[in-house]
Amino acid sequence: MTHSATQLLLLLVVLTDFAVLGTSRLSACIRWIAFQGALLGVLSLVVGGEISWNAVLLAAGTIVVKAIVLPAFLRWAIREAAIRREVEPLVGYLASVLLGGAALGVAFGVAASMPASVRDALVVPVALVTLMIGMIVLMTRLKAITQVIGYLMLENGVYLFGITLARRVPFLIEAGVLLDVFVGVFIMGIVVFHINREFDSISSANLSELRES
Amino acid sequence: MSRPASAWIALAVVLVLAPAVLGVASRTRAALTRRRGAPVLQLYYDLAKLLRRGSVFSDTTTSVFRAAPACVLSAALMAATIVPLDGRGALIRFAGDVVALAYVLALGRFLLVLAALDTGSSFEGMGASREVAVASVVELGLFLSFGTLAVLTKTLSLSGMLGAALAAAWPAGSPAIVMTAVGLFALMLAECARVPVDDPATHLELTMIHEVMILDHSGPDLALILYASALELSIIGAVIVTLLVPRSGMPVGVSLAVLGGGLIVIGAGIGVVEATMARLRLPKIPLYLASASSLALFSLVLVLWSGA
Repeated sequence: MTHSATQLLLLLVVLTDFAVLGTSRLSACIRWIAFQGALLGVLSLVVGGEISWNAVLLAAGTIVVKAIVLPAFLRWAIREAAIRREVEPLVGYLASVLLGGAALGVAFGVAASMPASVRDALVVPVALVTLMIGMIVLMTRLKAITQVIGYLMLENGVYLFGITLARRVPFLIEAGVLLDVFVGVFIMGIVVFHINREFDSISSANLSELRES
Repeated sequence: MSRPASAWIALAVVLVLAPAVLGVASRTRAALTRRRGAPVLQLYYDLAKLLRRGSVFSDTTTSVFRAAPACVLSAALMAATIVPLDGRGALIRFAGDVVALAYVLALGRFLLVLAALDTGSSFEGMGASREVAVASVVELGLFLSFGTLAVLTKTLSLSGMLGAALAAAWPAGSPAIVMTAVGLFALMLAECARVPVDDPATHLELTMIHEVMILDHSGPDLALILYASALELSIIGAVIVTLLVPRSGMPVGVSLAVLGGGLIVIGAGIGVVEATMARLRLPKIPLYLASASSLALFSLVLVLWSGA
């Protein structure tokens, strides 16, 4: 039972990756990333097999941080900065979905040759896909908020890798990861907010025009 | 080679039911948008009316235009014989008949496009170019979906992919199969010119895709084309139904009931999509198709990976 549940959750994680990749509306992107966070929380509960206090705490922490606090923060940021959609990404949506497809192929190809240390080996390629698609979002979007979302997704990929080792790695490290992201996004949010206030725009392309005259 | 009677009966069911599926779709759409809507059997009335009328041909058209409707319908009928509509085996089957199915469908579209170009109307030319552009991307997704099934069931014939081998592959491959079915549904909407890609109810030539190509057809010719596109939708719908409910082990009666019921549900699904979504702008259509195809690609990768 837990095996098929894990599989279903992992597939949903990949689908949310693609959903973020193909969406231009920021509020929808945030909704998807929040959903992904919730999926990760449930996953960390299910993947270990037996339910321990450790796992429950980790799942609850993940859901609170990734699915509630961070998305709320991002929503606050887009409301403050008054932006609704990514207008001109560096790489178009069609091309980024195709890139995502390529990433999918590469991830599963690489994962097939990796030693599977976990019961459910699907975690490894899914973690890789999430990493890569997060990277694509991070690199190809201009709005700082979308880049934050890409960063979050990247981190979700790392977290998935962590889940595979959740039994062996102490709880503290996971908590450290969560804290890391939280601080990272917090700082990025503040930076975003300040960029917007100073320049009336949060397009990071404008930053390259800063030079000493 | 004799074929079981069930295949013939299933073919008859689909032939009779095809226009009703569209009727259910428009009825669902009407109900969800708080309107009364046309009767479910409207398309049958329309077809009967059109068949009683005469045809008008423009002077610019040639014999291609006159031959096209009959050829389009025969292509659709051909496609119906390749797909195992009863969930066991098709009337025509051979290794690689998937490719034949894709190209028989493409042949019908090609003839329709030729007829549209034959009228010399600039609007029809625009519609034709859009139709071909959409169809060429849809084909990619279609082949990815059938590739998934081929890898999963290790057969190259549709009768195998949708027959007993599919039922055997269900327990292990259900995520891939369900994703393929969802992807196929999205592709079907594009292939059959339904809402997120094309709006069959639109009356503005500038935004039409499929409907604009058949503006010059009239009377029985138009009836043939309308029936052929309804049939095409039901054929793809039957594939989706069979994917989600493998029917090879069922008794014939139950299997046919599932087919009929499934087609009605697909019609209702189309209606729900039409009621809840707006037609996409033309530049957005490639993204829609790429997303549907990436779903198919994902299931293919998944199947390949778990087989490796």
